Amino acid sequence: MKCQHCEKPATFHITELIGAGGPQEMHLCEEHARAFLNKDSSGPVATIAGQLSKQLKLGGKNPAEAEIKECPVCGISFFEFRNSGRLGCPYDYTHFEKELEPLLLNIHDASSHTGKHPKRAAVAAEAQATIIRLRREMEEAIEREDYEQASTLRDQIRKLEDAGKS
Amino acid sequence: MLRDQSFDEFAGRCGEWLRGSGPESDIVISSRIRLARNLADFPFIRRCSDEDRLSIEREIRARLDKLQPLAKVRYIDVDALSEVDRQFLVERQLISRELADADGARAVAIDPNEQFSVMINEEDHLRIQVMHSGLDVVSAWDQITALDDLIESQITYAYHPKYGYLTACPTNVGTGLRVSVMMHLPALVLTQQIDKVFRSLQKISVTVRGLYGEGSQYTGDFYQISNQITLGKTEGDLLQEVSEVVPLLIDYERKARQFLMKQGEKDLHDDVSRALGILCTAKKISTEETMHYLSKVRMGVNLGLIEDVEVNILNKLFIQTQPAHLQKIRGRLLGSSDRNIERANYLHQHLTGHGKRESDLN
Repeated sequence: MKCQHCEKPATFHITELIGAGGPQEMHLCEEHARAFLNKDSSGPVATIAGQLSKQLKLGGKNPAEAEIKECPVCGISFFEFRNSGRLGCPYDYTHFEKELEPLLLNIHDASSHTGKHPKRAAVAAEAQATIIRLRREMEEAIEREDYEQASTLRDQIRKLEDAGKS
Repeated sequence: MLRDQSFDEFAGRCGEWLRGSGPESDIVISSRIRLARNLADFPFIRRCSDEDRLSIEREIRARLDKLQPLAKVRYIDVDALSEVDRQFLVERQLISRELADADGARAVAIDPNEQFSVMINEEDHLRIQVMHSGLDVVSAWDQITALDDLIESQITYAYHPKYGYLTACPTNVGTGLRVSVMMHLPALVLTQQIDKVFRSLQKISVTVRGLYGEGSQYTGDFYQISNQITLGKTEGDLLQEVSEVVPLLIDYERKARQFLMKQGEKDLHDDVSRALGILCTAKKISTEETMHYLSKVRMGVNLGLIEDVEVNILNKLFIQTQPAHLQKIRGRLLGSSDRNIERANYLHQHLTGHGKRESDLN
């Protein structure tokens, strides 16, 4: 079993009896367990990642139907994101926009960027996402030893990469 | 960029962030800004295959190599480093613990003055950071935004018109900016005011972390004050929010020091002098204990209670007594128990007799 806050194995299993919502089970790695147990005695250990995972857990343990849908580009599901706290590719922000919006509002109290932007004209984000998807399909083709398909995909990727560079 | 996997000469130097100069440097150690950036045509790191990571590292290295202003920058293959070397870069804050502990192709480009570094394949493809000594947020921003523009001239960043710079973790999206001001707050700790101060900071979206970042223990009474949010405000607003809080904390810390002096100058004088005594005479001493006593001595020097030790020496000792630094300086691998003995020797050597002047260090 993985730690609730990171990828390390959970070696501490803590049941918190006091607190809102009754007894709560926690599965943590050594580091996070220590952070949790020291929370009351040594002042604030609230971390940004900790707060995020707390908010992510609000959604419950079992994947709802909407959470199983996968990003067509990188293949990550919203449920996987919920568990890891990390998105799979830039296109996730578009594909999971509906699910992410409330989360962003919760974290940042805002959902639109107002700061700096890249100097160069933005290249078509769709073409970039296509490259990511084709690379993944190529790797899958290689894995099932379909080299003909892999080589077709490689040519497509090169064409898109070259178009982006010019 | 220069390919050089050895950086032994760093060990004798202090590094930018502990140089101990700049505005308010008795309390504000350093001002650091980092920007999280990703390539538009690759998945985020966690979703990357080994080949993807390798391609990203090669691609970024080739692009950065084209930038003339980075000609003197040292490019280090972190994957090929020994554990001590990786730990050494973490102690100097040139790379994060996360980059040190990760697997696969990853690298860091380091400015010869150690004012900036660019981490490759950390949580995001690119983590650009600039560190200045003292309270110097504005010029740190000027430097990092220029560096960001320079890199962007070669690399297409993942950017969304509504969400800004796209990052692997939604807590960094938008500006991708984290500004961290590192402060030395021993009197607020001694007077037990620190928790109260931090709780009030959390209410205004400013967060506090330990010396080595998120989740790290607060050691040596060093605290990093950072912005919590990254989206919906301009970089200028975010910098200002943190900058506005820092003078208040400086003021609280100074008041707490005055309070301690007024309430019992003899007690305080005794406390910091004993700390110096332990550092000078101990035969074996751990990193934590060293940090604890160095912190007291540093406050004692800043209050004029200890006269014959220079603050710069203390700043250097904070970093040079860290485990990997000690081993680099001694030129050999040391187990924990041997390190404690060597650390005690090193402290004795530099805090007593002729070793007390900064110029004598190394």
